[in-house]
Amino acid sequence: MNTSRRSPWLTLTTVLVYLFMYAPIVVLVVFSFNASRTNVVFTGVVNQGPCGPFYWYCQLFQNRDVLDATRNTLIIAFTSTIISTVVGTMGALALQRYTFRGRDLAETTMYFPIVTPEIVMGIGILVMFSAVFGWINSTLGLPPDQRLSLGLGTVILSHIAFSVPFVILTVRARLHGFDNRVEEAAMDLGANEWTTFRRVTLPLIAPGVLAGAMLAFTLSLDDFIITFFTTGPGATTLPIYVYGLLRRIVTPEVNALSTIWIFVVLVAVAISQWFQNRD
Amino acid sequence: MLQKLRENRSLQGILLMTPTLLIMFALLIIPLVLTVITSFGQRDPDGNVIYTFTLENYWRLLGFTEGGGWDDLYLRILLRSLWLALQTTVIVIAMAYPLAYFIARSPARRRSMLIFLVLVPLWTNFVIRIYAWVMILRTQGVLNSGLGWLAGLANLPFTPFDFYPSQGAVLVGMVYEFLPFMILPIFTSLEKIEPNLYEAAADLGANAFWTFVRVTLPLSLPGLVAGTILTFVPVIGTFVVSDILGGRQVILLGNLVQRQFLDARNPPFGSAASIILLLMTLALTLYYTRRFGLGEEIAAG
Repeated sequence: MNTSRRSPWLTLTTVLVYLFMYAPIVVLVVFSFNASRTNVVFTGVVNQGPCGPFYWYCQLFQNRDVLDATRNTLIIAFTSTIISTVVGTMGALALQRYTFRGRDLAETTMYFPIVTPEIVMGIGILVMFSAVFGWINSTLGLPPDQRLSLGLGTVILSHIAFSVPFVILTVRARLHGFDNRVEEAAMDLGANEWTTFRRVTLPLIAPGVLAGAMLAFTLSLDDFIITFFTTGPGATTLPIYVYGLLRRIVTPEVNALSTIWIFVVLVAVAISQWFQNRD
Repeated sequence: MLQKLRENRSLQGILLMTPTLLIMFALLIIPLVLTVITSFGQRDPDGNVIYTFTLENYWRLLGFTEGGGWDDLYLRILLRSLWLALQTTVIVIAMAYPLAYFIARSPARRRSMLIFLVLVPLWTNFVIRIYAWVMILRTQGVLNSGLGWLAGLANLPFTPFDFYPSQGAVLVGMVYEFLPFMILPIFTSLEKIEPNLYEAAADLGANAFWTFVRVTLPLSLPGLVAGTILTFVPVIGTFVVSDILGGRQVILLGNLVQRQFLDARNPPFGSAASIILLLMTLALTLYYTRRFGLGEEIAAG
């Protein structure tokens, strides 16, 4: 393709848009080394305690709230990713490879969460859990300390609900060019259904399943709105924690947390890219 | 029994689909039905929901007050949300299109790197990205410091601007949040255009402008439409950007819903607002998908 005749204006616009996208990230990282605790103006690089310029990073690792929020975020992300990947892969196989009564309806239902505004879904799940828990608690007459309430479980369930459609979409894309004859060949050679699935089908769709799992994981890590409505005491995630801080004083600890976050995600993505390029 | 299952492909399909359908039913359909039921209810003074059938909440949203009066507070919130969504979408298209075009016309090897660069900001957290804009836009923030430094170079007097909190700050935040969701679908459409088409247009005497208007633009329409849905819809429903960058003064439909549930303790009214939001979204999405028929582009976003 002829790329040499590109207009300088186009190149300039592109550079400016990339600058716009990266300026906030640079600011976040730079301010994580700020000497000023209030973190409004950059007063120089912090150099305090045994950690020196990484003072705020060290503070972070002694912060009980941050550690709890990190643990919760990871528990939610891992659990919801595993379940939604299994469920979504099954759904993708069903929609792409089988014909059954109600298939069209199933397909429409599946796209629905993608176009439903997050806040509507979050509110709906909140309304449902309050109604169901209220009913159970009053019917069983549970004492206050045993009452069902919002928490890790409800957040995990809601994350599964919004991740499954995306896993299905990703796995289906991979199934699109799937040649059914390789499975038939395996069966002809005497493999049963389970062996065929494990030795033939799964290895072939594995990159799609992995990509779906990655997507589910990042969606879960990033989610704020649905978590906000379905979380309860003791189930604070990192985004919820940061949001809470924004209403009070924000120390460079938050920037340090963000920097670690960006770094970890970049490494994770690099690893998954490396895996995908290998096959 | 097992033998029967082995032969019945239809039954196998249904069984594979069952977990997904159960989840969708329990965590999407039932919640939405309950929201609709709640929206027809009332609340008692303690904030508990009384299940009745009244359209009062919807009338109130549309401006009709209980005593037969008129109060357009909520209508204005509705219109403000739509207006902000429209502004965001237009600005995002203006920024995303050139970038997507640039990437699509880059050599294949550089293309994946450039798309990767579009995705990276998305991997930082949603809330953290907005916080970064607070740091940039506040009175003593990075932007004002930069401008002050420039003014100092030119020996001009400088008073810092109050960029934050404001409606403008909310707009900047929205544009920032949704830019990648416009770039990706437009890029997906543009990438599919055969390079021969450009050459054919040039051979037939079209200049760069007419090639763009008659070839590039029509063929990238599905991407534009998908990007528009992916931007417009979330903007109406987001409360975080307006909450933080608007300093709680800019109230959008999303903020209304959130506050009715968590501050005002009026779930029936909040549910009605939520249902209005859902209906607007579905109407828009259905109209566009019927009219332009797409799926792949939305999936790309």
